[in-house]
Amino acid sequence: MEQKKDEKVTYPKYAPGTHVSTSDIYQKNITYSWWEPEVQYAWSLGPAYSRFLEGLKEGKILGIHCHKCKRVIVPPRSFCEYCYGPTDGWIELPDTGIIETYSVSYLDPDANRIEEPILIGVIDIDGADEHHGFMHYFGEMSKDEIKIGMKVKAVWKPEDEREGSITDIKYFKPLRGGE
Amino acid sequence: MKKDVAVIGGGMTIFRRRLKETGKELSFLAAKMAMEDAGIQKDDIDMIVMGTAPDAFDGIHMKGENLLDGAAGAGKPYVRVFNGGGTGVFAPIAGWWHVASGVADVCLVVAEEKMGSCYPHPQTAFQHIWDPVLDRPLHPNLVWLFAMEMNRYMTVHGIKKEDIARVAVKNKRNAVGHPCAQLADPNITVDDVLNSEMMAWPVQRLDISPPSDGAAALLFCSEDVVRQYTDDPVWVGGVGWNIDSTMWTNRDLYFPRYVAHAAKMAYKMAGIVNPRKEIDFAEPYDPFDYKELHHMEGLLLCDKGEAPILTREGVTQRDGDMPICPSGGLLGVGNPIAATMGQKVCELYWQLAGKAGKRQIPTNPRVGVGQAWGDIMQMATVMVLKR
Repeated sequence: MEQKKDEKVTYPKYAPGTHVSTSDIYQKNITYSWWEPEVQYAWSLGPAYSRFLEGLKEGKILGIHCHKCKRVIVPPRSFCEYCYGPTDGWIELPDTGIIETYSVSYLDPDANRIEEPILIGVIDIDGADEHHGFMHYFGEMSKDEIKIGMKVKAVWKPEDEREGSITDIKYFKPLRGGE
Repeated sequence: MKKDVAVIGGGMTIFRRRLKETGKELSFLAAKMAMEDAGIQKDDIDMIVMGTAPDAFDGIHMKGENLLDGAAGAGKPYVRVFNGGGTGVFAPIAGWWHVASGVADVCLVVAEEKMGSCYPHPQTAFQHIWDPVLDRPLHPNLVWLFAMEMNRYMTVHGIKKEDIARVAVKNKRNAVGHPCAQLADPNITVDDVLNSEMMAWPVQRLDISPPSDGAAALLFCSEDVVRQYTDDPVWVGGVGWNIDSTMWTNRDLYFPRYVAHAAKMAYKMAGIVNPRKEIDFAEPYDPFDYKELHHMEGLLLCDKGEAPILTREGVTQRDGDMPICPSGGLLGVGNPIAATMGQKVCELYWQLAGKAGKRQIPTNPRVGVGQAWGDIMQMATVMVLKR
């Protein structure tokens, strides 16, 4: 079947909708309504996340085995999402790894611009399977120094300041020779 | 017995950072256009699918129910589907199965998003999609995810930023022919992209599609009744979807394997053995310029790491051998999450029906693939349309 070639008409044939700008709202040029929700949550965390966070409080990174998949998993979970069996036992991993990927961010969580960039990325934790790790900050390195494949080590908060959170690690710093 | 399913009408509103109309009104405008295109009334529609992404943007929980009346859903079998950024192609997949299963002869699919309602910026709502234990205490910005994936993709293949920037240039120029486009720019250059504001390296301002308000609509129809509406239907060839583990820090981000799984599912259904030869053009999801390249590779339209080379050589231009995002994509037309159905599936329909006018691919395309992507680098949704 030959295609109909109608160059004159472009679909969509018309373009409905009315553009308004942010300032139209701030200057009350249009009719709008406003609402500011206040909602709070407390999540109970189950056996795997709970033990992982207790480990962080003790200054340890804990992984978990899946014997069937021959996988050492971090962050740990109660079951393996691939073989769909329960995981098989805890293992303490070193607090070192390599930078799997990273970003140099000039945005804060609300997309506000910041002068001093945040170094953020994923750490492939030593002793776990390849490409297994978690997201964290990097420190004691410049934005020009950071690169994928760099060896890094956790910098922990002092023991009395740890509360069982991913932020019990302050950041990962370069693992220099001799450490 | 599975029914063959045709597309008989499409519609969309303008995409802008903020629109005056409510979500219901935008749904109405897009759906009305699709119904006029097909020559169909509300009474002729058996069932309705609504696609709309996180409730947090609109600030209205049970948003599907809120939008119902605008989507011609009152008093009808109606369902909302939602899988984050994948919704723009998942909503039409759901429309397809309503008809393919034989439960509906005609199904209207409406996709709506209003991101402008969330103040000061929808980024604040995006914080709520992160894992509350592992990620949220680090106060992440969603752009970080893309920046980390883009860096991994660039580093593994040794890709230069200028070869990625060419995607943004192509799509913003392609969007010039689109009446609904938010960020069309006939004069943009690679240098403009490379010199734009650094947001989260390697992501710069012009690498990103904007948040938008908008709506799009499609009408699907069974082979049993399609001749009432058109003599020259465009058909759904195949559909596929796939989602990877939420544990995104436990896999190599350089290749989206879940996109490949979804593509293989759709190609198998469509009888496509060699996608590079049998597919004439594609609308891969392009919320960021590198994502178009990542998704071309996931859709098996080229080798891993080859997409930037094809882009540099002009293969993906509208008049190239494999036009990619002839609509102008999300980068040029805008990114109202679910409503990107307008570029990813409506555009396939308009191109295959020869209705794309200024955007028409000159080589008489017969098979196109559209794809969306979402959640935490997990979800792929794929639809093949053909003549």
